[in-house]
Amino acid sequence: MKIEANNVRVSYGSEQVLKGITMSIKKNTVTAFIGPSGCGKSTFLRCFNRMNDLIETCKVEGEIMIDESDIYHPKVNINELRKSVGMVFQKPNPFPKSIFENVAYGLRINGVTNKKYIEEKVEWAIKQAALWDEVKDKLKKSAFALSGGQQQRLCIARALAVEPSILLMDEPASALDPISTTKIEELIYNLKASYTIIIVTHNMQQATRTSDKTAFFYMGDLIEYDDTRTLFTNPKKQKTQNYITGRFG
Amino acid sequence: MEETLEKPVGNKKPKMTFESKGRTVYYQMQDRIFKYFALAATSLGLIVLVLLLYSVFENGFGRLDWDFITSLPSKRASKAGIYTAWTGTLWIMFLTTIIAFPIGVSAGIYLEEYSSRNRMANLIEINIANLAGVPSIIYGLLGLEVFARFLNLGASVLTGSLTLALLILPIIIVSTREAIKTVPYTLREASFALGASKWQTIWNQVLPASVPGIITGVILAISRAIGETAPLIVIGALTYVPFAPTSPMDEFTVMPIQIFNWVSRPQKAFAENAAAAIIVLLSITFVMNAIAVYLRHRSQKKVKW
Repeated sequence: MKIEANNVRVSYGSEQVLKGITMSIKKNTVTAFIGPSGCGKSTFLRCFNRMNDLIETCKVEGEIMIDESDIYHPKVNINELRKSVGMVFQKPNPFPKSIFENVAYGLRINGVTNKKYIEEKVEWAIKQAALWDEVKDKLKKSAFALSGGQQQRLCIARALAVEPSILLMDEPASALDPISTTKIEELIYNLKASYTIIIVTHNMQQATRTSDKTAFFYMGDLIEYDDTRTLFTNPKKQKTQNYITGRFG
Repeated sequence: MEETLEKPVGNKKPKMTFESKGRTVYYQMQDRIFKYFALAATSLGLIVLVLLLYSVFENGFGRLDWDFITSLPSKRASKAGIYTAWTGTLWIMFLTTIIAFPIGVSAGIYLEEYSSRNRMANLIEINIANLAGVPSIIYGLLGLEVFARFLNLGASVLTGSLTLALLILPIIIVSTREAIKTVPYTLREASFALGASKWQTIWNQVLPASVPGIITGVILAISRAIGETAPLIVIGALTYVPFAPTSPMDEFTVMPIQIFNWVSRPQKAFAENAAAAIIVLLSITFVMNAIAVYLRHRSQKKVKW
């Protein structure tokens, strides 16, 4: 198992938002987290790269193992962890730098100074994100000159450049138009061969199109976790059934 | 509401459905009145400034020449110059900046990025805001006691700079914090998610994006410092200094003190000297602002929004 979560509980101050989640995720698969707003799916996603640590009042209990090592162990270097667990956010958030520098940033903060290596790596990452043909002639231009969909693929390239083994995606297509969304979904499908991907989504069609397994969260609990096809065609819990048929959420 | 879909037929007059009535007229009036009020307020400020400049230039421009700038002060108005005053002002400006800039910006970064939101932080915040409002003469007294007497620095350039640095620290801290606040959180998140440390994130993302705001704040603060007279008089800066400072430990005078000294004399010739010195002081401020605009522009170009 690539990722194993054991009785993970998260609280903000006195408010408990995750009430003991246990699940395991296989290598090179796409897992979708679905559920209504406020169900804790994004919070859970942010446990895997410890982004929750940035919020002062947030407390994480339980155990999360990645490649059989406990990521909440006191000896874990949080920056090393985040290098191997990349993240893509809901709204494209490129840096106010050039396209090239956006992708090179992760390498530079790692102390890489070899110019040729950086150039090769940037090209490789942008190609991985299926963006190369669109930007190869304007790498020095501002990343903000790109369209929203291109910016999001640039953010994916930026995450890939530091060679993570896991990619977390927090509603990566919710701010994009349908064509850009399709491109992102195709990209997710292609990246599966080399990365373990977890995607939070509000869009159930997106979950069925992209993922191998789906987890349904509700009010801080993991209600059901199964193969995507099974979960959507033959859910075992009433709540899941109600949610995927659009009766609430 | 009347039905409005009816079309004019033949001689029938078209209906007027959207004509002005009651409330709308009132709101539009309000709109216009405010516009003229704002225009009047702006013009008032500009007119006063123009009058002031006109009067200063009329009195002082004839007196302004190379000798005036390079001459030492003198008891005879026609021989007196501002050499010691403007070198003193430049010294004070330079030292005050290199003292206040790193401390103020670092404090701003600490308060905005590192300190946790607790009662201590709130207390510090309120105090800094209060410090910005303390009359400058109080800073002068502090400088006199602490720097001039206790640290035995005397009425030196260094004492003056340290005092003025204290005076402008709150302004720099507050403007640094405001500039940092405008940097979106998503930018930090993106950097952290790539494994960047806090300092890497601040240095590579937060600071470049907030440099224009920080520079503006610093320049405004320095502009305020070079106009200050009271605290420097309190620490013992002299009105008559026969030589220009050559080290931070030398005695000094500055432009505003020189101007104050000349203005307070009865002879008309000294009033002309004062006007000419004001022109020079204004020019220094103007050049400073020009530099600020240039630096802002340059740093904004580096950040590719």
